[in-house]
Amino acid sequence: MNSIPATTVVSDRLARNVQRNIRERAIESILFGAALVSVLTTLGIVWVLVSESLNFFEHVPFSDFLTDTMWTPLFSEPRYGILPLLMGTITTSLVALVVAIPLGTVIAAYLSEFASARVREIVKPFLELLGGIPTIVYGYFALTVVTPVLQAIYPDLPGFSMLSAGLVMGIAIVPYISSLTEDAMRAVPMSLREGAYGMGSTRFQTAIRVVIPAALSGVLSAYILGISRAVGETMIVAVAAGMQPNFTMDPTEPAQTISAYIVQVALGDLPHGSIGYQSIFAAGLSLMLMTLLFNILGHVIRRRYREAY
Amino acid sequence: MKANELDQIRSVIKTNKRADLIFALAGFLALMVGVMAFVTLFGEMLANGWERINPDFFSNFPSRRAANAGILSAWVGSLLVMLVTALSAIPLGIAAGVYLEEYAPKNWMTDLIEINVTNLAGVPSIVYGLLALGVFVYTFGFGQSILTAGLTLGLLILPVVIVSTREALRAIPIHIREGAYGVGATQWQVVSDHLVPYATPGIMTGVIIGMSRAIGETAPIITIGALTFIAFLPPSPITDTAPFLNFEWLFSGFTVMPIQMFNWTSRPEEAFQQNAAAAGLILVLMTLMMNAIAIWLRYRLRKSISW
Repeated sequence: MNSIPATTVVSDRLARNVQRNIRERAIESILFGAALVSVLTTLGIVWVLVSESLNFFEHVPFSDFLTDTMWTPLFSEPRYGILPLLMGTITTSLVALVVAIPLGTVIAAYLSEFASARVREIVKPFLELLGGIPTIVYGYFALTVVTPVLQAIYPDLPGFSMLSAGLVMGIAIVPYISSLTEDAMRAVPMSLREGAYGMGSTRFQTAIRVVIPAALSGVLSAYILGISRAVGETMIVAVAAGMQPNFTMDPTEPAQTISAYIVQVALGDLPHGSIGYQSIFAAGLSLMLMTLLFNILGHVIRRRYREAY
Repeated sequence: MKANELDQIRSVIKTNKRADLIFALAGFLALMVGVMAFVTLFGEMLANGWERINPDFFSNFPSRRAANAGILSAWVGSLLVMLVTALSAIPLGIAAGVYLEEYAPKNWMTDLIEINVTNLAGVPSIVYGLLALGVFVYTFGFGQSILTAGLTLGLLILPVVIVSTREALRAIPIHIREGAYGVGATQWQVVSDHLVPYATPGIMTGVIIGMSRAIGETAPIITIGALTFIAFLPPSPITDTAPFLNFEWLFSGFTVMPIQMFNWTSRPEEAFQQNAAAAGLILVLMTLMMNAIAIWLRYRLRKSISW
């Protein structure tokens, strides 16, 4: 027996190797499990939204949901037309984008093509801070500062309005749009700019005719991200745009958005399983489908307009 | 004729230079709109809420009388929710990031996970609230508790932690890995003894940014049904008898800072608006501080590292 110590050493080592491999395998599985949580989250979202919405559509005909112009699920004679909420969401988002896209693009072009490195060093963190402010604070700002200022200009403006909420929402998403757009512009290779400058272009001409077209896929997907932020934004509209569903696209009127409706219902005390409870999931599913649509659009645009250098 | 052409060229140059200047000015003005918005926002809250900020404001429960109302239950609630969020999102996010960057084989499963993480970052936060309402509150039976809120926000910031972990790991040069493998380290030893420690500042930046987002999130927490008027504290996590830890607080009702602010903002009385301003001021200062730490960390990281 003691004539084969060498093999024991080897088998010892092999045994340790096996142990070690098992341990490595186990660790890898644990890490994989952690990565899988994100997939489970998505599945969970889809499952919750779809299953509760199916319950909802057992009571509400799908055609009513899409065509009725009233949304009053909590009234004694409930009507379930998503259109008023949808119009509220679209109107506030449009107002926000009218503010955020020009401001964001101009800021990005300025930072990427005009500003000195020192200005950029100061401004970029500042924009990041602006993007980090909680949206409830922006909502408070819309209600107590922006609405009174707008009322001083248009005395007819009501205390809650989509205009005020949309404007502030626009300010809130400027940092997202500008930082993504700037990233896209700075990724354009220097040689393109040098070519333009060599032909005698000014910085403005270079930015508009060379850099932005070359960065178009990135710029457009920044806009799309801005749109899906605006569509999903909740607290600003819940605070400043009012809580009444309103079948209108006039921004000077108060209206409720899809997300604000969810907040309104959640603030009350609705029993689990009631039609009101199910209605927020149907509303959430509509919201989710809208943002999904924009995300897919973003992917398509990135594919279509990608320029490789 | 020649002089004439020269004049034309000069005038073209002049117009173009003017356009250049106008655009630079427009860029500067656009920036100023952002700056002005921030200054007005901050100034208004400071002017309106400053006199409400005193020790009593931090140690009083909310009250029907605005002058007596405070944020005790709100800041304690925020703190405990953030604790759960951090304990769930940090380990999960780092583990998922390490897997995707160091372990994942190139196959459809990995692609699926990667697309998923990207898409989750674009899901509106209120949808996470609905997920939590359907799954955590009613399916798992956690109720409208601190645990539910913390896990919800944990899922919400998971993509931020994953992405920053991956970026930090990607910045570590390959020769660190090769050196460690060369002396016989296993993959896990390489990851746990080398890669994660070196990536820590980068990961921390992402974690802090994620947490600062979580602390200001209102919509998902309202959706799970957090109460807006809470005049009690959750049971203390630390007790004076063995085993010194108490987990009842996880299942306690709660409120958080942004919800308290929302509650005060939606009341018509002027005095409650003051409270809202004060709460908002504290909230903004908290997020600004966290963001500033993250920016500073990243700045130092960029300066100090040479592999």
